[in-house]
Amino acid sequence: MKLKSLLVSGIAALALAPVLAQAEGVKVGMITTLSGGGAGLGVDTRDGFLLALKNAGEAGKAVELIIEDDQQKPDIAVQIADKMIQSDEVDLLTGIVWSNLAMAVVPAAVAQEKFYLSTNAAPSALAGAGCNPKYFSVSYQNDNLHEAAGAYANQAGYGKAFIMAPNYPAGIDSLTGFKRFYEGEVVNELYTQVGQTDFAGEIAQIKASGADTVFFFQPGGMGIAFIKQYAESGSEIPLIGPGFSFSQDVLPAVGDAALGAKNSGNWSPDLENEANKAFVAGFEAEYGRLPSLYAAYAYDTANLLLSAMAKADINDADAFRAALKEADFATVRGKFSFGPNQHPIQDIYMREVIKREDGTLTNRIIDKALEDRSDAYAAECQM
Amino acid sequence: MLLAEQILNGLQYGMMLFLMAAGLTLVFGVMGLINLAHGALYMLGAFACAFVAGMSGSYLMGLAASLALAAGIGALVEITVLRRLYARDHLDQVLATFALILVFSEGCRWVFGNFPLYLTLPPWASGAVTLPGGLQYPLFRLLIILVGTLVALALYLLITRTRLGTRIRAGEADREMTAALGIDIAKLYTLVFALGAGLAGLAGALVGTIQSVQVGMGEPVLILAFVVIVIGGIGSVKGALAGALLVGMTDTLGKAFLPGLLAGFMPQASANTMGAGLASMLIYILMALVLVIRPQGLFGAKA
Repeated sequence: MKLKSLLVSGIAALALAPVLAQAEGVKVGMITTLSGGGAGLGVDTRDGFLLALKNAGEAGKAVELIIEDDQQKPDIAVQIADKMIQSDEVDLLTGIVWSNLAMAVVPAAVAQEKFYLSTNAAPSALAGAGCNPKYFSVSYQNDNLHEAAGAYANQAGYGKAFIMAPNYPAGIDSLTGFKRFYEGEVVNELYTQVGQTDFAGEIAQIKASGADTVFFFQPGGMGIAFIKQYAESGSEIPLIGPGFSFSQDVLPAVGDAALGAKNSGNWSPDLENEANKAFVAGFEAEYGRLPSLYAAYAYDTANLLLSAMAKADINDADAFRAALKEADFATVRGKFSFGPNQHPIQDIYMREVIKREDGTLTNRIIDKALEDRSDAYAAECQM
Repeated sequence: MLLAEQILNGLQYGMMLFLMAAGLTLVFGVMGLINLAHGALYMLGAFACAFVAGMSGSYLMGLAASLALAAGIGALVEITVLRRLYARDHLDQVLATFALILVFSEGCRWVFGNFPLYLTLPPWASGAVTLPGGLQYPLFRLLIILVGTLVALALYLLITRTRLGTRIRAGEADREMTAALGIDIAKLYTLVFALGAGLAGLAGALVGTIQSVQVGMGEPVLILAFVVIVIGGIGSVKGALAGALLVGMTDTLGKAFLPGLLAGFMPQASANTMGAGLASMLIYILMALVLVIRPQGLFGAKA
């Protein structure tokens, strides 16, 4: 009798085990940029995410991660997303760096009932009327860092700004965000091409503009090319930008040309909190380089995902969404919560590019620019 | 001052295009070969420069390596692959040289990875110089203009004043007759191709230095180089120079001044978008105009 019940329960456990494991695990599709001028951003996104999974031990193993390179091309990103949703049957998508790719993928993915957690791109079109219960931005809303830079420009006494960004959704959000807080005069507003690597014409316009500061948003390889060429041009007009333009993926390639530049960020390697110390030290130990903003966002995204997985089953979409919304994880940003449109409410700082004792260029916080900043679109979101 | 600087920018861009287009036009004109892999040779030159300059610490060594490697690989490719294609029609050539792009791109990806490489300018070439009139201009861009001018001069002398140049012109005019006169046409073709490849490699190295060195950097430039040789006239080095400068100037000045011109009669924001869009179309409009007025190109010999 005893033996029989043991056997029965044993068989039951065996039969149930795979079902349970399947219910607990989450299949994540990461679409990110791993080649070309934007590769630095995608590599850091991937590495930050992987580090968080590794640090989580057993819980991290419940995440099955599929990573694909979108080559910074919207059509490729759409193909990958289709494949991940239809043949890999992922539960959740993440990882897109560029807002034009996010606009191509996210609306279709959430319409197919997949969760999307953004590690970076958060275009305004998805924050207001286009918000969606399945879409969470863990990074920011696109305008945020640029708003902080605009506020800083006032404070620093700049009154004639030359502003410049690539012509794609995040670039437009960038200049909109800057102008929302900046009170001085905009002497010229310039949109460059995405992927542009020669800025001779723009630099000539900057020099002739009579501006007292240049606000520029040029992430990845574009920023590297611009800062290097600007340093060669002999122009003395100071550069300011969002953290993307002076991020850790850009700094080693531009060298001392970036030293002293002021830029905004919702994260910085020197931010004082336990989670961040562990993250920066762990990242440096694992990959032999300092993490960038993108790595920090991806690290937070993975930890948010793990926190929700501990509370709810992803197949119960409502419970899982509620668990995500609690944002109950140790963020490297010190504090983090979601607003009504599922975009972060967080502090944004001004940072300065400095040289560490070992010669590495990095950023340090000099001031808090905006406190508990949500975004300009939350009110338009009806969920 | 702004105009002067933008003219210099246009000149520099034009010279870079000329280095690309000179080889392409020679290969197309003399050998009758459409070489899509010209952009891959440009990329190879850039990688060679980045690699050798990084290893040896000498930028000039890097430049020399870019010339040598691109020319060497060019010669090798001509002997092993392209030689079989002269008799075939253009479609076969396009297919084979497109395959070469894929081979070289994947090869570079395999060796150097997906990450762009960035070159540091040597101290003697970095910084800005003050030109007469007080304009500050990056020294390295002036050097590119200088290199382009020297190459143009050297090519002109080579083609009009030397025996090799005579043979190249003869080969262009009539391949069979030239061969019948006892000139080794195969060797001549290899030489012409290597020369074009070397120039493309040099252009890649120079541009890679101020921008970035990455897989796929050659293809956008290749398209422009084709525009240049169509405008200038296929097979004419003089045409390539004129076409390159025309395209460089049109593109740079259009991007710089069109938004301002349009802002005269429409709001600034839409003038900027319109201007940028129109500016990127300008060179193709230019090409269409040239084709309407002179279908053989500005300096083209044959209709």
